[in-house]
Amino acid sequence: MIEESAEIFQPEWWRDIYDAFKRWEVIQVAYVPDAGHRELITACLEDQSMTAIALTTEEEGIALLSGAWLGHARGALLMQSSGVGNCVNMMSLLATCQFPLAMFVTMRGQHQEFNPWQLPMGRTVEPVLKGAGFEVTTAHQPRDVGPMSEAVLAGAFMHEQTQALLLHQSLMPVKTFGK
Amino acid sequence: MDLKRAETRELHRRNVAQTIASACPNALVIAGLGSTAWDVTAAGDRDLNFPLWGAMGGAVPMGLGLALAQPTRKVLVITGDGEMLMGVGSLATVALEAPPNLSICVFDNERYGETGMQATHTAATTDLEKMAEGAGIPETDTICTEGDLIDVLPRLACIGDGPSFHVFKVCVEHLDFVLPPKDGVILKERFRAALPGTETVIQEQ
Repeated sequence: MIEESAEIFQPEWWRDIYDAFKRWEVIQVAYVPDAGHRELITACLEDQSMTAIALTTEEEGIALLSGAWLGHARGALLMQSSGVGNCVNMMSLLATCQFPLAMFVTMRGQHQEFNPWQLPMGRTVEPVLKGAGFEVTTAHQPRDVGPMSEAVLAGAFMHEQTQALLLHQSLMPVKTFGK
Repeated sequence: MDLKRAETRELHRRNVAQTIASACPNALVIAGLGSTAWDVTAAGDRDLNFPLWGAMGGAVPMGLGLALAQPTRKVLVITGDGEMLMGVGSLATVALEAPPNLSICVFDNERYGETGMQATHTAATTDLEKMAEGAGIPETDTICTEGDLIDVLPRLACIGDGPSFHVFKVCVEHLDFVLPPKDGVILKERFRAALPGTETVIQEQ
């Protein structure tokens, strides 16, 4: 059955992330398709000044954006919380070489989660990222997303840090699997 | 599984690396961890080599990000069969983006060289060229002879119509380590310093 989340109201905070990308001259946006980032991904795909790169697994994005940085290009990585778990060994590239990274993670396994299979990574994202050396901030309110996105990109590109913004599940429509 | 066949291959990996380096003196090179990092270094340590010491499976996506960032520069990924197998999905990502300045060279000795020469899947049933072709990479080949090696060099040196993927079937050898700098920050900084490019500095509000 086709999930109904594709048709229900989507909040507008994604525009604040997109505007921050434009301001910080992000030109490579790597992603694994995700409902929470759907509008942002579409906007990046339609932006002729950006390359939006569909990955087969999130860890490719860690290496891809490190290669982009070698080539003097700025990027951002979009994923869902489950994707963080796919990245763990590849994150050693960031720590060892001090590559910057700006990561935007839509969270599952938190607010009104329907699918219990999302709960383990929902709990694990923050300790995993902190253990890998990331600065981690969480946006709970739509008004937080813009300033926090600015801060994440500033930390990455001015100070060559690894930065993650977690977008709390309460920012997203509830996915009900047709129930 | 035929473990003998890789012991009698015509091509020797260090010679392949040296021949490619001589033919592509201006290429930006990402080398996968292990033997190919030592091969590339044996051919000449240079600022525009980025030899990985870890991040297994990351060589191809790293080369892709670099190729997209530097579309006028030739980018070579030189990696091994074991490293390629760990990141084989990235071939689909390369095919989708289709950067014409990226060529991927896999030195396939059908072994995990760093861990005791255990057989990889290519010693038995797996054909990496077919996997790349199936991913949608438009130019693929498998190179087994010195003549084939010479023939492919112009393709490696140029920017073509799309990405290319080349398997070099090399013999099993126990070779001396030739180690690049292992400090990742030095490898990164020297690469960026040697590669022309500018970044806009945006002041914090």
